[in-house]
Amino acid sequence: MRTHDDIPAPGGRISVYRHAGLVRVTHWINALCVFVLILSGLNILKAHPALYWGSQSDFADPWLRVSTWLQHLPTLPTMRDLATGRNYHFFFAWVLVINGAAYLGYGIWRKHFARDLVPTRAEWGAIVEVAKEHAKFHFPHERRYNVIQQLTYLAIIFGLLPLVVLSGLAMSPAFDAIAPWVLDFFGGRQSARTVHFLCAVAIVLFIFVHVTLVIVSGFKNNIVSMITGRYVVERAPDAPVDAPKATPAEAS
Amino acid sequence: MDLNRRNWFARAFAGAGALAVGACDSVTRAPTVRNGLRLGESLSMSVQRLFMNRRTLAREYSSSDIAPKFRANGSKNPLDPAYRALAANGFRDWRLQIGGLVENPYELSLEEIRAASARTQITRHDCVEGWSAIGKWTGARLGPLIDRAQLKLEARYLVFYCADNTEDNPARPLYYESIDLIDAYHEQTILAYELNDEPLPIENGAPIRLRVERQLGYKQAKYIMRIEAVESFANIRGGKGGYWEDRTGYEWYAGI
Repeated sequence: MRTHDDIPAPGGRISVYRHAGLVRVTHWINALCVFVLILSGLNILKAHPALYWGSQSDFADPWLRVSTWLQHLPTLPTMRDLATGRNYHFFFAWVLVINGAAYLGYGIWRKHFARDLVPTRAEWGAIVEVAKEHAKFHFPHERRYNVIQQLTYLAIIFGLLPLVVLSGLAMSPAFDAIAPWVLDFFGGRQSARTVHFLCAVAIVLFIFVHVTLVIVSGFKNNIVSMITGRYVVERAPDAPVDAPKATPAEAS
Repeated sequence: MDLNRRNWFARAFAGAGALAVGACDSVTRAPTVRNGLRLGESLSMSVQRLFMNRRTLAREYSSSDIAPKFRANGSKNPLDPAYRALAANGFRDWRLQIGGLVENPYELSLEEIRAASARTQITRHDCVEGWSAIGKWTGARLGPLIDRAQLKLEARYLVFYCADNTEDNPARPLYYESIDLIDAYHEQTILAYELNDEPLPIENGAPIRLRVERQLGYKQAKYIMRIEAVESFANIRGGKGGYWEDRTGYEWYAGI
């Protein structure tokens, strides 16, 4: 049986078991889904590249016209094909939802959220220091997620992803008959469509930052940890996980 | 060295992305993939039907919500000479045929449809393209009209045959659509002859268009000439149950 204990790694470092199997598998399925959903979503958007607020479309005065910059973006499929775009979008939306439900169920059951993602009092206290370390592009390899990671992941998991799913559902005429309160929550179907688009933009921004940080904060270590679960940290296992205390000069 | 490496990673990511998208196009053409993707449609329909009471109504709006101009889409002026003759005469000679798997096939004039059990509803029309428009529809409830023809036991779907070459392009076949009996008997499913208290304009489907309020716009067939009750639409035209379903692969179930 494979151990989840700490193992000494070269250079006096330690290999820790950081990501559980279910977290790793759901992470990569989710990554595939988001990739397909964004590209097929762009194809769907091309069918009517204008966004509105409220229940319906004021064709003469959309809130945002996106046709110009849509031309420069890749879509799935690459040619303009609303039907196939929708086929892809809804299939992978279902995979995303089922995968996400498995992840949420696991995270609650095994206390992944409470243990790994909710910052401790000490972690909250270190937030300014961690932000400064980030600004310097200095990313110490630690056993736990730092507080900025924790808050970002919580916002994505419990904010952005539920919002993108709900706003997508609110565009369905049958779902609107089932749950008109969701429609009201967004302020109408066209508002839901615009929110869905803005969520997608936010997800793309997150992916950009996420992948950048994965690359600059130790690409191999990060990728290996999301495949095998094992992550090499610099600290001794019993050292405090808080960021080092700043001197007054650094704090200014 | 570190910077070069970052650059390489960035290019590798961009390259892999482009490759993946290109690969998806050839993957998309495989029939197995297409059929696999259609599982999403089956799942959406099963789950929505599971949670949706058969009688659940689509949202109805107030008269202040009505769009100043209800957008016309698809065909706006059918080319068919027979249709144009009917239109020129105010559809006085038009007859709606109701037939297929029914005990008593019969015909209805526009006057008779106007005299039938009617419903008025202000609803939101959602186009598959993404836009929405709110309009006030008055029409005959489809359920009682179908009951008058007495469906045979094996009837499962209603097929609506229309007078328009799709998008008024003579090279294209005539439009048609189909719905199942759950939607056919839904309270808001009507054969609309009025839009915003005026006779239905030609661009919106005169003399009658179907309203199936819990589905997308392409199900709302315009210029209806004939309704046929069938057991299966597998042998009708392209076999997918509707013009766009045959032509492009739009989902037959357009609840999402």
